Amino acid sequence: MSELPTLRSRKLEISYNIPISKTKKFWDGLREGKIYGTKCRKCGRLYFPPVADCGECYSSDMDWVELSGEGEIITFTHIIVRPVSFQDQQPYTVAIAQLREGVKALAWLTDVKRKDIKVGMKVRLVAKVMEDGRVTYEFKPAEKTE
Amino acid sequence: MRRVAVIGVGHSKFGDRQDVNVRELAFESVKPALEEAGLTPRDIPYVTLGSVGVWYEEPLPAVAVAEYCGLTGAGLMRVEAACATGSAAVHSAYTAIASGYVDLALVIGVEKMREVDTFTAVELMGRAGSYLWEFENFGLTFPGYYALYATAYMNRFGATEEDLALVAVKNHKYGAMNPLAQLQREITVEDVLSSYVVAWPLKLYDCCPITDGSASIVLASEEKVRELKIDTPVWIAGIGVSSGTGTLSYRDDFIGLDAAVKASRTAYKIAGVEPGKIDVANVHDCFTIAELMAYEDLGFCSRGEGFKMVREGQTEIYGKIPVNVDGGLKAKGHPIGATGVSMIVELTKQLREEVTPSSRQAPMKNYVALAHNVGGTGHYCYVTILKR
Ligand SMILES: [Zn+2]
Repeated sequence: MSELPTLRSRKLEISYNIPISKTKKFWDGLREGKIYGTKCRKCGRLYFPPVADCGECYSSDMDWVELSGEGEIITFTHIIVRPVSFQDQQPYTVAIAQLREGVKALAWLTDVKRKDIKVGMKVRLVAKVMEDGRVTYEFKPAEKTE
Repeated sequence: MRRVAVIGVGHSKFGDRQDVNVRELAFESVKPALEEAGLTPRDIPYVTLGSVGVWYEEPLPAVAVAEYCGLTGAGLMRVEAACATGSAAVHSAYTAIASGYVDLALVIGVEKMREVDTFTAVELMGRAGSYLWEFENFGLTFPGYYALYATAYMNRFGATEEDLALVAVKNHKYGAMNPLAQLQREITVEDVLSSYVVAWPLKLYDCCPITDGSASIVLASEEKVRELKIDTPVWIAGIGVSSGTGTLSYRDDFIGLDAAVKASRTAYKIAGVEPGKIDVANVHDCFTIAELMAYEDLGFCSRGEGFKMVREGQTEIYGKIPVNVDGGLKAKGHPIGATGVSMIVELTKQLREEVTPSSRQAPMKNYVALAHNVGGTGHYCYVTILKR
């Protein structure tokens, strides 16, 4: 099929400046090794990932709450076929865990062999500063974080 | 609300369509749809065009396609609802007629996904989940999203990778009988299990292909159906719509799609039908797990029983409810803006009992059909019920 004639379009490179003013404490917290969620002062709903405005009761009066990070895997997958901007990564495991505080989190699960990962496994969500200075968070097996 | 009928359908060949640009691809389905209805482009006052775009060069596809198809001057709207975009375009045109705003409308679904390389397409789809919280740091892909559901579903109900494979085997069987399908070949469970892993536990043959394609339909009010002396109008009996969170971790569970449960209950209520009355259905099988969850979300069986339906052949052409007997997204292909319209084209033909080859024709008892079209991983859901 690829022998059919095509016209190669002009190239455009795009990336976005995503505002984080309202969740700055979360991003700063990751640098300090802390995982923050937000809790609505009016209705009490806890959010992770954090939000500045409560979609439940429409209050913008939120408290920052540090999360224990303790949780249990609900589901997971190993991403083998990776997006173009993740081509320099090895295949990675994405998991969703139920955290002790009641919210769920989605992140990479690292420091564990694939065959040892099970639904129900105890994990801990920890902050991480990457080599290029960007911040993230990831799950690790609970026994490796004590 | 006024009654609204499908009076003309058109469908391009789905596949790797490097021979046409987006305008030419749309033309391939617009022309037969208008011809079937006995109309010319000048007769059409209102056009909705479903296309997600980003993988092809035109940022305003509705304008480009309308110009190419001689539709300039009609009211134009471009619609987006991720992989349910086509159904959203149908819904929009439906409400325009049902409300009395217009008597005729043309719905065009078109997608040209193969003008970028596979890894770029994987990136563009992955970004469409929840960019900030699930893509930026975690590179979650769409196969990955459904893989998270597959892991949770299998763990909870004891379904196996073989059960998932059976969905692919079934849909490829019908795809092999559909001359418009992208993948016209039968496969075995072993082929699925031995294909390479895309996002564990999903393998290549658990995933729909990346597809170019278009599908179009003409909708009309009851008055117009009479005026045009349409022989076999197919009526839109009800459409249910709902949505789910973009960020997956905000959801309650990963064993079914709430948006599909809600949308289907609304559609059944409006149409006044129950799942047992459906003669044929097209469900959103972008991944094999998605079809099993669809059976359950739509009430074809109870929660956790979907994999038994496929094991027992209940969704084969002579089963309890034939599902995706055109090959589904899995084998027919999934040009995301066209898929929802393609489902209506297929079901209209089923209800008119004019499917070719006739070996793919589902037996009609009640002349009721259902289309279930999911955008994202239940980010959007549209369920449309048709009656003849
Ligand atoms: Zn609140």
